[in-house]
Amino acid sequence: MSVRQTATAVRGRYQPRISLWWWLTKPSYLLFVLRELSSVFIAWFIVFLLLFVRAVYQGEGQYERFLDFAANPFVVFVNLVALAFVLLHTVTWFVLTPQALPLHLRGRRVPGGLIIASQYVGWLVVSAFVFWLVVGW
Amino acid sequence: MADTIAMEVARYQPGEDGAPTMARYDVPLRKDWVVLDGLNYIKDEIDGTVTFRWSCRMGICGSCGMTVNGEPKLTCATFLTDYAPGPVRVEPLANFPVIRDLVVDIDDFLDKLSEVKPWIVRDEAPLSAGEYLQTPEQLEEYRQYSMCINCMLCYSACPVYGLDPEFVGPAAIALAQRYNLDSRDEGAAERLDVLIHPEGLWACTFVGDCTRVCPKHVDPAGAIQRYKLTAALDTLKHYVLPRGGR
Ligand code: SF4
Ligand code: FES
Repeated sequence: MSVRQTATAVRGRYQPRISLWWWLTKPSYLLFVLRELSSVFIAWFIVFLLLFVRAVYQGEGQYERFLDFAANPFVVFVNLVALAFVLLHTVTWFVLTPQALPLHLRGRRVPGGLIIASQYVGWLVVSAFVFWLVVGW
Repeated sequence: MADTIAMEVARYQPGEDGAPTMARYDVPLRKDWVVLDGLNYIKDEIDGTVTFRWSCRMGICGSCGMTVNGEPKLTCATFLTDYAPGPVRVEPLANFPVIRDLVVDIDDFLDKLSEVKPWIVRDEAPLSAGEYLQTPEQLEEYRQYSMCINCMLCYSACPVYGLDPEFVGPAAIALAQRYNLDSRDEGAAERLDVLIHPEGLWACTFVGDCTRVCPKHVDPAGAIQRYKLTAALDTLKHYVLPRGGR
């Protein structure tokens, strides 16, 4: 480290303070905070799925009870909010992937748009598979 | 088009003012004038005490960074007409201590920069061995990161740095990566030791605003995420192959 005085120790400097509400000052900050918050809803969906699997495992009665729980207006509301956040999570992270994972193919950098597009294709394929699994066609 | 535009400029006199105040000046609005031209007009024609840094006027020296209407900008590359009818608010770069008016203290950044050894580290071969050759593909690996002009707009945009000044910050990490990816360099392990602590790579939460404001398209956010991946793999290798790691 340098032997210079640190900036904050110098008298006469105006040291700006960052406001507690900094994340409301720019759209990009707000989007970031919402993206971070979305992980809570991802966790909720995982818990919900695990509860569902447990109910199925425990037999008919528990399964019916889980369906009643899932149909409760409050739970439906929470799940709708969660869905919105999960979509935000997915889309924002898809957009960020090429930045974090630059792929090279035969010595050339794969264009970011292609990486994003292939994620959407993957998403579509998995969704189609799940749809087929659940609905049967 | 109106022929003048109002500029609101942050003024701060050390020892006299407790906090910056805004002063308003009317400057000519010309198609080819940038914010820096407006400031120079104020200094030459209205108030010679307005203090700010600049040098090249062509987006190369990186010294004219200021906050323009809330966004970190190179004032030599930001046109007044884009802000018409005004007013244009000019403040010092956010997240740095202010020395006077629009001049901030950049020592912290300079210290962090030198910490990451932004130069080629290697056991030097004798001169007679010739140059270190590099192919265009090898150059391409790091060229984007070498475009950094140390303007610190990215630090000003980074809320992580604003909240935790210990964070090494976007440009320093991107420049570490610039040398890591250089085929002539052998200093990656040394730099990783400097950057693998919680205030280094891992403090970054990928807000991404550094990349958005960077005037040279360096993409520091991308550099940091790539670096995190390398660091994680390196740590993993260390556990899996304790003898062969690094
Ligand atoms: S990375 Fe970009 S914004 Fe940051 S100092 Fe370098 S040129 Fe400026
Ligand atoms: S004056 Fe040199 S970058 Fe603006």
